[in-house]
Amino acid sequence: MSEDLVGKVAIVTGGASGIGDATCRLLARHGASVVVADIQDDLGARVAREIGPLAWFHKLDVAVEAEWEALLAAVLARHGRLDILVNNAGISGGTNSVEDFTVELWDRTHAINLDGVFLGCKHAIGAMKTTSVRKPEGGGAIVNISSIAGLIGSAGPFAYTASKGAVRLLTKSVAAWCAQERNGIRCNSVHPGGIDTPIFNPLWQMVGHEAGKNFIGSRHPIGHMGEPGDIAEAVLYLASDRSKFVTGSELVADGGITSGVQRRTLFAAP
Amino acid sequence: MPRLDGKTLLLTGGASGIGAATARIAIDEGANVVVADLQVEAGEKLAAELGAKALFVRLDVTDEASWIDAVAKTIARFGKLDGLLNGAGVGVAASIEACTLAEFQRVYRINGLGVALGCKHAVLAMKSTGGGSIVNISSILGLRGQPTTPAYSASKGAVRLLTKHVAIHCGQHGYGIRCNSVHPGYIDTPMIAPRLATTIDNMTGRQFLESLHPMGRLGRAEEIAKMVVFLLSDDSSFSTGAEFVADGGVTA
Repeated sequence: MSEDLVGKVAIVTGGASGIGDATCRLLARHGASVVVADIQDDLGARVAREIGPLAWFHKLDVAVEAEWEALLAAVLARHGRLDILVNNAGISGGTNSVEDFTVELWDRTHAINLDGVFLGCKHAIGAMKTTSVRKPEGGGAIVNISSIAGLIGSAGPFAYTASKGAVRLLTKSVAAWCAQERNGIRCNSVHPGGIDTPIFNPLWQMVGHEAGKNFIGSRHPIGHMGEPGDIAEAVLYLASDRSKFVTGSELVADGGITSGVQRRTLFAAP
Repeated sequence: MPRLDGKTLLLTGGASGIGAATARIAIDEGANVVVADLQVEAGEKLAAELGAKALFVRLDVTDEASWIDAVAKTIARFGKLDGLLNGAGVGVAASIEACTLAEFQRVYRINGLGVALGCKHAVLAMKSTGGGSIVNISSILGLRGQPTTPAYSASKGAVRLLTKHVAIHCGQHGYGIRCNSVHPGYIDTPMIAPRLATTIDNMTGRQFLESLHPMGRLGRAEEIAKMVVFLLSDDSSFSTGAEFVADGGVTA
């Protein structure tokens, strides 16, 4: 166990499952106090319980500003500070294309995937700039989970793609603002490829978990899907002071998907 | 032969700025032009000036019923739709700390959902009539960060990526519809007019914005319109899902 986050306080949205669950556990293993923030009470409370005294659960609907205000008030009352926010909560919105998406689906997807990130950044900055450690190697860190869908196009879910492109550039705007303000807060985006999490439950239900994993894995040059822990490690780096010169950047962890234009080649190696 | 001969184009934000400049060039290039805008007076005036091959329709890009109506009027007047410019947009400056959720959502609704709905209804109209071209105006702020525009930046990042979805979806379905994004630098249009008169670091807003561009000046609406016309025309027939930058060197 490393102790690089000892004394720091982190909020992880969507902390009850998938990448958020793995991130909560990893940040706590590195010494952070972790607030498991999620709309799923039972799962979230269980994650906090399993982590132990360093973690607690707080119910949060990321799309509701009053709930963010209540969360930040609770965190400051309990710890007196905030150092790390991981905006991880997100939904796929289900299958939709440019032809058949509805405004209702667009709004529902963006309420969580974009408004939630906007509100998280806005309220976390307010809390971090007055409470986080202010020294050259310190300061707050915001990590926004975007997606490879925020980097390259796909025929996948349309509203989701828009929301992840929005998070990518929102992140840079927040980073640029915090840099200009010299408030010590950094903001970066993480772009996972296919990770074996509940976001794929609809696919697992259709074709089975193993078959689905193999299919999506085969689309990655590395040959398999990622695990939630693979992304948690990327988040840990961006949340810790080891990345103190990194802001407004895009950390890609995608098994190679965005690194090339094709999975097979006509041009044989010599 | 004119490059847009016989094509019918719907231009949102057509009453001013990049949209209006595109309308003028498109008419010269032989197109039928539907000027679609919330600004009724300016839009009607421009359509009248452009003559019989132009039509004004009032369009609220955030309202799906308004899109259905605008496309229906376009087809009723000119027979079919061949191209769409999603040029309507708003620019607002407010930092992440100052911007309210309501303002964030308002900007994203116009710049993000408005473009998405335009793509939807253009695809639905063009997929059975031989295809066409969609051009979405993103921004250099869809490529790089800017400290005081979280809502605008998010919306332009969304446009950049949703454009690629439209391109891939239409390509895979064989619709013959292309979709590309255009990323202008700071262009001398009504959108940035309020900024030009402000002062920063002992410079006027105009001098400051000019200084961001290696070419040392703002862009002109016509310079973006020419790129848009290229993308709406068959001259760009193998380009889709791509990002076209015209920014005086800012992102270089």
